[in-house]
Amino acid sequence: MEPQAIFETLKGKFGDAVTELQSEGFRPAFVVVSPERLAEIALYLRDDPSMRFDSLMCLSGVDYKDRFAVAYHLYSMTHRHAVGLKVFLPRENPSVASVDPVWPAANLMEREAFDLFGIVFEGSKDLRRILLPEDWEGHPLRKDYKYPEFYHGIKV
Amino acid sequence: MNRPAEALPTQEMLINMGPQHPSTHGVLRVLLRTDGEVVVNARPDVGYLHRALEKIGERVTYAQFMPFTDRLDYLASMNCNCAYAWSVEKLAGIEVPERAEYIRVIVCELNRISSHLISFGSFTADMGAFTPFLYSIRERERVNDLFEMVCGNRLTYNYARIGGVSADAPPGFLEKTKEFLDYFEPKIDEYNNLISYNKIFVHRLANVAVVTADEAVAYGLTGPNLRGSGVAFDLRRDEPYSVYPKLDFKVCVGTGERGRLGDCFDRYMVRINEMRESVKILRQAIAQIPDGPVLAKVPRLFKPPAGEVYFRSECPRGETGFYLVSDGTANPSRLKIRTGSFVSMNIFEKVTVGLMIADIVAVIGSLDIILPEIDR
Repeated sequence: MEPQAIFETLKGKFGDAVTELQSEGFRPAFVVVSPERLAEIALYLRDDPSMRFDSLMCLSGVDYKDRFAVAYHLYSMTHRHAVGLKVFLPRENPSVASVDPVWPAANLMEREAFDLFGIVFEGSKDLRRILLPEDWEGHPLRKDYKYPEFYHGIKV
Repeated sequence: MNRPAEALPTQEMLINMGPQHPSTHGVLRVLLRTDGEVVVNARPDVGYLHRALEKIGERVTYAQFMPFTDRLDYLASMNCNCAYAWSVEKLAGIEVPERAEYIRVIVCELNRISSHLISFGSFTADMGAFTPFLYSIRERERVNDLFEMVCGNRLTYNYARIGGVSADAPPGFLEKTKEFLDYFEPKIDEYNNLISYNKIFVHRLANVAVVTADEAVAYGLTGPNLRGSGVAFDLRRDEPYSVYPKLDFKVCVGTGERGRLGDCFDRYMVRINEMRESVKILRQAIAQIPDGPVLAKVPRLFKPPAGEVYFRSECPRGETGFYLVSDGTANPSRLKIRTGSFVSMNIFEKVTVGLMIADIVAVIGSLDIILPEIDR
């Protein structure tokens, strides 16, 4: 299935929760959905016989300066088609449902996005910092991140 | 000393395995909770080698990031170099000269051989057989010599460029590569005679940490780990890029020949068989390579158009993908690196339940993780 067709199917099924198709300059194209219904849509994309997106290739946090996003790159081993799924989150208290129950591959990548962007994945079984030390302050991949002057009293 | 068993206090034990442990292939720390010799829970703890490569990527230009990709998977730098170059080329729509693509495929497959050699050697050493490690290092030296010829370096190559490769293959390189292939191909049988079907070795691996095909897909295993579970999926064939469509090779999958499908032995055997396929690819590539330029004209101040690209390619440790977000300036706005080893760690906790402590070593070796790629 092409991203255009996937977008239209999702639009018919979930209505206003599916907001936009980002296709010009995007490879693969992104279907933008509202964060509130992400869990439902993810489950539908995995289980519907015409979709069967059984593989989560990549999960990444992105900072677009005015807002955050989480980008999910999906692939279907059955139908050999790919599509992107994206949710936009506000800068204040960004949070979205975890897709770990849908794709177990998400667990570590969600922890990474939590660590580096401070995006909270609700329902994640183990949301801790992963790459940085547990006592690190701030989330370095945010565009407004200030480099620390001291770490444990030592000038860096 | 005839106390009844229930009078003896027993308790679970917490053991730190790593980060300094010879068989964790780097600085992986595993927190083991054990009941005697049996693992109740094994929680991996990563991040000891975090160098903030994604943050650095936002501060340098597209071309300047190339040397950093060497430090992703240092045993397969060529593959990481090329994976990044292909991603940026896809983002900017750059046509690469055909000779450059052939050279890339040649160096990538050579690097796949040398990477699988290290995997084979260190895995057998972990399993208590040190001799095969020396054999594998001996062959890898010859691959390093070839790379030294082509780019001057023996570990971090920085060879690919956006639009091609940094320099044409020097005279005699292709002949030397052919000589190496003639020398190397019979060695694979030697490895199999030496260790692969050794009874003790097979017993250490067969039926250990079985991953079914469905689990492998759901948990995001890629590359040889996915194929070890019997899923015939190879990006070189199924999502073809570069000149791979012109080359004929077989996708190696696990067969469960010594135990159940998807055990440690299957993952090990896939790598051994893949070296043979790489030899096949190399012979064809050397026969087909055309003359011509090796670098496309790319402006010095390189600014790709605004857009987003996710491109993945088949590296020795699975799928390496680059998710690039460009806002039209000279630096990437976001550069996310998805690596095979990092996502493979998802399944670690699941497959290690109920194994013996010594089997943890077999699992780490058979997943063939490498830490700089996990921690980035």
